[in-house]
Amino acid sequence: MSLSQKQLQLIKRILWTVSLLIVAVPFVFPFLWMVSSGFKNAAEIFGQPSLFPAVWRWQNFLDVFDHQPFAQQYFNSLYISAAVTVITLVISSLAGYALARLRFAGSALLMLFLISALMVPEEVTIIPNFFLIRWMGLMDTHMPLILLPVFGAHGVMATFLMRQYFVALPKELEEAGKMDGLSRVGIWWKIAIPMSRPALAAVAIITFLHSWNLFLEPLVFLSSLEKFTLPLALSNFTDAYGLPLWHLQLAATTLAVIPILGVYLIAQRQIIESFAMSGVKG
Amino acid sequence: MTPSEKTATMAHATRVPWLTLRRKEAFEAWLFVSPTLIGFIIFFLGPLIAVGLYSLTEWNLLSQESTFVGVENFRDALTVNPDFWLVVRNSALFALGLVPMNMALALTLALALSRPFFGVVFFRTIFFAPVITSAVAWAIVWKFLLQGEAGAVNQLLASIGIDGPNWLREPDWAMFAVIVTRVIKMVGLNMILYIAALQAIPRDYEQAAQLEGASRWQIFHMVIWPLLAPTTLIIMVITTIGSFKVFDHIYLMTGGGPENGTLVLAYYIYQQGFEFFNVGYASALAIIMFVIVLALTIVQLILRQKGSG
Repeated sequence: MSLSQKQLQLIKRILWTVSLLIVAVPFVFPFLWMVSSGFKNAAEIFGQPSLFPAVWRWQNFLDVFDHQPFAQQYFNSLYISAAVTVITLVISSLAGYALARLRFAGSALLMLFLISALMVPEEVTIIPNFFLIRWMGLMDTHMPLILLPVFGAHGVMATFLMRQYFVALPKELEEAGKMDGLSRVGIWWKIAIPMSRPALAAVAIITFLHSWNLFLEPLVFLSSLEKFTLPLALSNFTDAYGLPLWHLQLAATTLAVIPILGVYLIAQRQIIESFAMSGVKG
Repeated sequence: MTPSEKTATMAHATRVPWLTLRRKEAFEAWLFVSPTLIGFIIFFLGPLIAVGLYSLTEWNLLSQESTFVGVENFRDALTVNPDFWLVVRNSALFALGLVPMNMALALTLALALSRPFFGVVFFRTIFFAPVITSAVAWAIVWKFLLQGEAGAVNQLLASIGIDGPNWLREPDWAMFAVIVTRVIKMVGLNMILYIAALQAIPRDYEQAAQLEGASRWQIFHMVIWPLLAPTTLIIMVITTIGSFKVFDHIYLMTGGGPENGTLVLAYYIYQQGFEFFNVGYASALAIIMFVIVLALTIVQLILRQKGSG
């Protein structure tokens, strides 16, 4: 029996898809396991693992809020990430615009200066920044979690992304704006900014996620539970002996991850493109 | 008025407003960059210089005293402290394991997913999902899955007759486990960079090779792979630098253990600085990390220059 070309093609297609599905298992499995274990009770966590809990324990998701000021921590993460995003958008688009459009002595040197910061890990400067923040009296506040990402390597990356985008934009509209007597800030705000929506969206997405997932800075600067951000709070579900309370920890992790994942599933195209943009240009 | 005087006045007349315009533009430019620049100096450049100065002191936070000791901290790291070379070995192992695994998987997935077919968006979305997930959440879940006997991974292995190790409690397996789980977390990023590069290759190239009777492997080997070279170089350097930055993943999965088997440079800096309060020594380590990353960045810039030239 011989197969037709079409059948062969179909079999190939199926084999291909099946092997991709197998590769996808370790990518999907942790999410499924996280959600299902968040519903288990403490005893079942240590019993025979199964993907579906014997009893769906919704109570875990309420207990999370008793164990830590989780609502407050959730709010902290949200407002800090929002603040970081807005400030980064404003100052990176200002600086990016100047570096792309305005001629000034030292601009090349400034670029080189900023490039040097692009790749440096925050671990390198975290020790002096600790003393700086302590000297400023900002320990155990949210200020360092806003200031360091905005002005560190991440902010520089945002500035570059904006600059690259502005460089590629046509100048004609801006020159027309100048003829109409717009000031420099007017040109930036009324003409350049509206034209650069894709770059702004990319910066906003990457910045929000970066701030939302930040761990080292909260770990170093925060000490009170009600000031914690989500990543730090998640790492903190232990019993009196320091052993993990898995069911609560996984329920809390589910609460922290699922909304972001939901937004990602809706806007996956835009989000993936944003990362592609920053990766290629950063 | 002589002709030469006339041109001189004209030049003068036009130069003045031109100069002020120029000056105004420069002034506005500095105004625009000043928030970024001032913050950059305070929170990046200043601290970078400070960490260099700290690295030359013996400074324990508990004693509150700092004394100048020259390059003693560096000598201590390179010749005295056995932990340092263990950390270097671990960081190198981590990078050597992670970078090739990440890139090979990223390229394979990109080749499979660069052309539209039914389900392509579904697969891309899945492979990229861990990238946007917090490293903390990812580490917590994998630590849970990789527990000794009760862990889901070992239960799964047991069901096909394999007796899995206690992943995070045995030094060699722990390193293997943190590398693999990190690759799964980050491979999506390199995948999309490769997909973008693959989609930029004109299809004529492949079609021409096909007409010449080239096999699929030959097309990849002779046509696609050389065209991907610049992307491959950039991805390689970015991924290597990224592997030196890994902190939260290891902090949460193994805490640097067991027996310091997963203690890498970023974690060692944190440990020395914020757990043992050895500010001088930790700063020297930070400088060493800075030099490594700087060297890699320079390599990348040179490679990029070559790639575009």
